[in-house]
Amino acid sequence: MAKKKLEDIAINGDGAVAYAWKQIDLDVCAAYPITPQTIIVEDFSKFVANGEVKTEYVCVESEHSALTLCAASCSAGARTFTATASQGLAYMWEMLPITSAMRVPLVMAVANRAVSGPININNDHGDSMAARDTGWIQMFADNVQSAYDNAVIAPRIAEHPDVQLPIITNLDGFILTHAVERMTLIDTEDVKKFVGEFEPVCPLLDYKHPTSHGMFDGPDFYYAHKYQQVEAMDKALGVAEQVFKEFKKLTGREYHLVDEYRCDDADYVAIILGSSYGTMQETVDQMREAGIKVGAAMPHIYRPWPEKELARIMKGKKAVAIFDKHVSLGAYGPMYPEVVVAAADLEKMPKMYNFIYGIGGADTSVSILRDAMESVVDGTADKINYVGMKLL
Amino acid sequence: MAKIKIKDMPIGARVCNPGSSEAILTGDWRSYTPVVDKEKCINCLNCWVFCPDNSVIVKEGKLEGFKMSHCKGCGICAQICPKKAIRMTEA
Repeated sequence: MAKKKLEDIAINGDGAVAYAWKQIDLDVCAAYPITPQTIIVEDFSKFVANGEVKTEYVCVESEHSALTLCAASCSAGARTFTATASQGLAYMWEMLPITSAMRVPLVMAVANRAVSGPININNDHGDSMAARDTGWIQMFADNVQSAYDNAVIAPRIAEHPDVQLPIITNLDGFILTHAVERMTLIDTEDVKKFVGEFEPVCPLLDYKHPTSHGMFDGPDFYYAHKYQQVEAMDKALGVAEQVFKEFKKLTGREYHLVDEYRCDDADYVAIILGSSYGTMQETVDQMREAGIKVGAAMPHIYRPWPEKELARIMKGKKAVAIFDKHVSLGAYGPMYPEVVVAAADLEKMPKMYNFIYGIGGADTSVSILRDAMESVVDGTADKINYVGMKLL
Repeated sequence: MAKIKIKDMPIGARVCNPGSSEAILTGDWRSYTPVVDKEKCINCLNCWVFCPDNSVIVKEGKLEGFKMSHCKGCGICAQICPKKAIRMTEA
């Protein structure tokens, strides 16, 4: 089916996310502004004030209240979105595992920002990584276009009857949230059709079938309900793949559980999250011109962890470099051990190197990534490397 | 309880059958059992008012006994009794 081509627009990542929300026309939004997510909240509250959406926008006094309200509103049967970053996500933390355990499919945009302290507002992945084990699905975006696309795709994955889990759409603070890029919009009618009507599972406001949500569990039931979440996470991988296929049919834009760039014939692969995936693609092109077969990959879905796809990509490679924009102090970057586990069943395990980069917004240039990848190629890299640190 | 399977449980620890707490026999938890001395009891029914598990049986305005299927043995009835007519026994 031929789609009419919409004109490209110039917009920053936050604006693009807010625009997608407007096109979806959600039922309820409660969010507290925090840098660098602020523009999402500001733009969206303008849409509400101007009557461009039918959304009930609730002004709350904190992020903890925001997520509590959103979980309740989603339980009640309303399609609900929120957004936060860094300290805001940290303040929500208590409600994160509660929200996922209540199985409410709400959508949250996180404008990734370093977690204090020291106080810092720039981009790294410390906030989302700290929320890693709370039972939320997590998607990452490498540019403004994919931040917008993720906002449209996310409710489809979260609300799928086999999934019913909350979802975080990550976008790198400032690099994506504030930088203006060119991107293609999807026709609003098409967005509405793609996302569809929200069909809540036994909502609280179904008076004919009264239910209680957020109940107490003894050990046996707690364990069993956690296992249900495990199963839902496993199913989310297949659902995401299916939704990506439908999305490609609609827009022509292709996403996978793990996005790949020139990995097929590569000897060396860099695995990296977020906006730096684009920087890494440029690095790959430069090194390929110099005759070194390098490729790059980004887990588009970070939770659930796409282990099989990563194993397929790493099969037969000489070495794999895992780039982490966060460090688990006293251990490694958070992705490193998980990628190693994904490679553990390969016949011949590639050499595995960990690069910590971009902490607290430290600049991540092509030259930094190229130096890192060259040290992988010539085997001079350490097991764990801290790159791009100017004061070392 | 052993008959319930994970696949049959509603997701999200939801309770989809209202009033189901009656089916949970909280009497299983009991380690102290209330015993009333009807000689001392003045049938003020404070125990009936305060019992958190609706386990004080009253007939025609008079305290008759306790519903052991749901009495957790919390002892609130004994505490609240103005005549010290209810005793908690280890039984």
